[in-house]
Amino acid sequence: MMAVGKSAPFSHAENSVTRAMLLVMLALAPATLFNFWLFGWPAIFLFATTVAACVGVEALCLNLAGKEIGFYLRDGSAILTGWLLAMSLPPWAPWWTGVVGAIAAIAITKQAYGGVGQNLFNPAMVARVALLISFPLVMTTWVAPSPLFSANAPGFAQALTITFGGNLPDAMTSATTLGHVKTELTRGISVLESTANLTALSDMLFGLRAGSLGETSALLIVLGGAFLLIKRIISWHIPVAVIVGVVAPAALAHAIDPDRYAGPLFHLFSGATFLGAFFIATDYVTSPVSKPGKLIFGAGCGLLAWVIRTYAGYPEGMAFAVLLMNALTPIIDQYTRPRVFGRARDGKPLVFNGSIE
Amino acid sequence: MLTAVMILAGMGLLMGGLLGFASQRLAVEENPVEVEIQAMLPGSQCGQCGYVGCGQAAAALARGEATVTLCPPGGKALAEALAKKLGIEADLSDHEEKGPEYAFIRADLCYGCTRCIPECNVDAIIGATKQMHDVIAELCHGCAKCVEVCPTVAIEMRPVPTTVTSWHWPKPEPLAAAH
Amino acid sequence: MKIFDLPGGVHPAYRKEQSSELAIRPLPLPKRLYIPLQQHVGALSVPIVAVGDTVAKGQVLCVRQGSFSATQHAPTSGRIAAIESFVAPHASGLAQDTIVIESDGQDAWGELPAPIADPFSVDPAEIIERVAISGIVGLGGAIFPAAIKLNMGQQYKLDTLLINGAECEPYLTCDDRLMREYAAEVIDGARLMARALGARRIIVAVEENKPQAIASLKAAAQAHEEIRVTGVPIRYPVGYAQHLTKMVTGRETPAEHRNAEVGVVTHNVATARAVHQAVRFGRPLISRIVTVTGGAIRQAANLDVLIGTPVSDLVEFCGGFSETPKQLVLGGPMMGQPLPDLAVPIVKGSAGILAMSAAELVESRERPCIRCGSCVDVCPCGLSPMEMAAFIRKDKLDAADKIFVGDCIGCGSCSWVCPSYIPLVQYFNYANGVLGDQARQRRKNDRVKTLSEAHAVRAEQAEKARQAARAGKTAAAAPQSTNEVQA
Repeated sequence: MMAVGKSAPFSHAENSVTRAMLLVMLALAPATLFNFWLFGWPAIFLFATTVAACVGVEALCLNLAGKEIGFYLRDGSAILTGWLLAMSLPPWAPWWTGVVGAIAAIAITKQAYGGVGQNLFNPAMVARVALLISFPLVMTTWVAPSPLFSANAPGFAQALTITFGGNLPDAMTSATTLGHVKTELTRGISVLESTANLTALSDMLFGLRAGSLGETSALLIVLGGAFLLIKRIISWHIPVAVIVGVVAPAALAHAIDPDRYAGPLFHLFSGATFLGAFFIATDYVTSPVSKPGKLIFGAGCGLLAWVIRTYAGYPEGMAFAVLLMNALTPIIDQYTRPRVFGRARDGKPLVFNGSIE
Repeated sequence: MLTAVMILAGMGLLMGGLLGFASQRLAVEENPVEVEIQAMLPGSQCGQCGYVGCGQAAAALARGEATVTLCPPGGKALAEALAKKLGIEADLSDHEEKGPEYAFIRADLCYGCTRCIPECNVDAIIGATKQMHDVIAELCHGCAKCVEVCPTVAIEMRPVPTTVTSWHWPKPEPLAAAH
Repeated sequence: MKIFDLPGGVHPAYRKEQSSELAIRPLPLPKRLYIPLQQHVGALSVPIVAVGDTVAKGQVLCVRQGSFSATQHAPTSGRIAAIESFVAPHASGLAQDTIVIESDGQDAWGELPAPIADPFSVDPAEIIERVAISGIVGLGGAIFPAAIKLNMGQQYKLDTLLINGAECEPYLTCDDRLMREYAAEVIDGARLMARALGARRIIVAVEENKPQAIASLKAAAQAHEEIRVTGVPIRYPVGYAQHLTKMVTGRETPAEHRNAEVGVVTHNVATARAVHQAVRFGRPLISRIVTVTGGAIRQAANLDVLIGTPVSDLVEFCGGFSETPKQLVLGGPMMGQPLPDLAVPIVKGSAGILAMSAAELVESRERPCIRCGSCVDVCPCGLSPMEMAAFIRKDKLDAADKIFVGDCIGCGSCSWVCPSYIPLVQYFNYANGVLGDQARQRRKNDRVKTLSEAHAVRAEQAEKARQAARAGKTAAAAPQSTNEVQA
């Protein structure tokens, strides 16, 4: 008997994991470049450090597991994880946040579970949350935008001391919009008042405000998301569900008590709503596969993010929300399997009761 | 503090009580596994396992005195099913899968002694005195008892051949993990 | 006509233009023909000719073994050169019993059954019997004996005969050409089959990318108001019988049941033409249209080929290969089988020979599943391929069975779309093969159990009888001995 050949099909959609990852990076590129300009050299240094650390940790883990390093690195997932992690860090955070984050994301969250495709939780978000809980001060020290080549912007050399020397100039710190509202609320100042003298909504849209790389420019993030939708890398289900999940309870609560609850637009353009909706919650590995499952998952992320922002101790809750929903993904998957052709939902064969003439 | 302690103690008591109640009420009288195992075995009483019949083999398995790989006709599939039923981990990786076999009578050696015919407990051997015997391959379950009684060593066990209709795709190679 | 929606489906590159405008040409008579005994699903056919016999074209070579089997006929006149084991046109590359005919070059017809003069007034059973003795099987690829399907009217209440001209498999154009060039024969065959089935209406469904075929069929069907010719949306795999049925009638065939359960029987267009030839001219199924195409073939063609012709003859007729083919396929690229050898014969189920060039065959190393869910989205059966494959990889076939791996139709959409290039369909074919073996083994075990119990009872009775006989003998002997003592 001769050797058995390859099984059909002999045709392919010609897509690939690497292509999907590259397209996601391409979608993130405009927002990332804009933020490089906005926050200058320290942001670029931190970004480079984080991505390099993720790739390095991935290579190390693959080596330990006895896997082919080059082949697995080429899927681009480690770079993307590093990229997303960098986008959720304070832009002027010291270099070691990127390295510690990379270890948490790649070694603990991804490779310990068996590598790409096997992890239960979103690696970048685990890293962000781990850093936030372990180093709350560093992780909540934000700077006001100081665009490259502007008067206040740190030069290349000064930037090196900011990222690698930990010399953050005190005068530069600022609060994120969500953080500001939360702080003011604890001081007894109503949301209406605190948002009134805050960044204008148009500035939030374009990103001229404090925050992480991924939090600021809402417009460019949405454009990137639209690109992914057009390229069919993601479907509309999770982003729409996340946005509705945030906006709907915000609108309701705001209508009831505007002094206590911020409005839907504020929630929409603050924090990581769009980054979360288009880039974080849509992570293939940690989100459900079926369309109804995606809707449930997305709505859960949005709702939990709003709940955490509104009631919990942390100003931003998207990372926590995504992780909580990640934990539910297997069970959502199990209960939202599609109906099998010719079978009822319970798996029993259909009974035909149409009329045959 | 006191409330917490009391709540915890109360919960402990309640759950302990529930567990105790469950163990009393839902207790299984006897081990039904033996019956289930017997239903899983081929039931051809071929005796290749060393026990008299499938019933005795099932009892030995249920008592844990026999290994799950005892039944050659059942093969690896049965061994796996038995291991699952008995809730034990069986390392079948080096268990050599012989594959199903059937008895084949060589025409040049058989002289029609009929000694094999009563040995076959599914009556798969046809033939008469001083006439060449033949095996109905579809009925033969590969117990090989006929092989032992043949005075001229005319019966041999042959693997059931794979045909175009019985062939199926092999399991895809696992993703190469090593270099 | 209302078209109902279907879940899933994909849009592979169809690449039909390479051969779709090429008229059907007959292939010159081959020197030797190889007729496997098994070209159909069901029991092996039994040869009634011997080596050295002279046979006429159309003469019966093998008869059916039971009714679920198919007759084989001599595709040309000649001499039986051998009945031997010969490599099968099958992915396994295994050999199977094959009748080898040496052509005498005359191609002379033997005596054929008389045409059924007025098939619309005879007993439908007569049409069915004619189809059975003509060796007709489903030519769309299912190779199911057509007579069995035409008999469904006995068991089921039927109202629709669905003639399948979808040809959604990429590259293949044999049905397209057949519909364009022999539309009248297809329509006549369809009417004959509807008569046999007792079906009231006929729907002919063709994928919309074949407008000329639709036009030809519409023209041929104009005089018959019970026939509706309809285009169906282009989406692989609409040509699957159950899915096409759902699309044109809205009726969803219950799982584990036949299409006839919903009052519909489907037949391929080429099968309809074969029925026409059998009933109107008494001609058995001895040839079929085959598409030879692909980037590595010098000149693509749609050929009328005698059953049993070696594939190498077709390739040679098409000018050979323009480059070394990267992959040879029997059938289409989605559900076809790797061709084990160019010597294998064309059989009743061979719709195409595909010689794919290196540029056409997209290959990549397998990567781990990233749970993108594309396979779930495209599965036309609503299955969860990635989950089933994960179970099968860990040898949990029962778990895969519980989420209905057995309902997989093997269309390959999941493998086609998978960005990690996981051979999903192979996992399912493997699992269904093993599960099938296990089911067969269970059935055999049950039979062995019954037989051995009966054997044990009989042995016991025989033993009792022997004991009784011995006891009788002793009893009879005992007084004798006392007598002797007394004497």
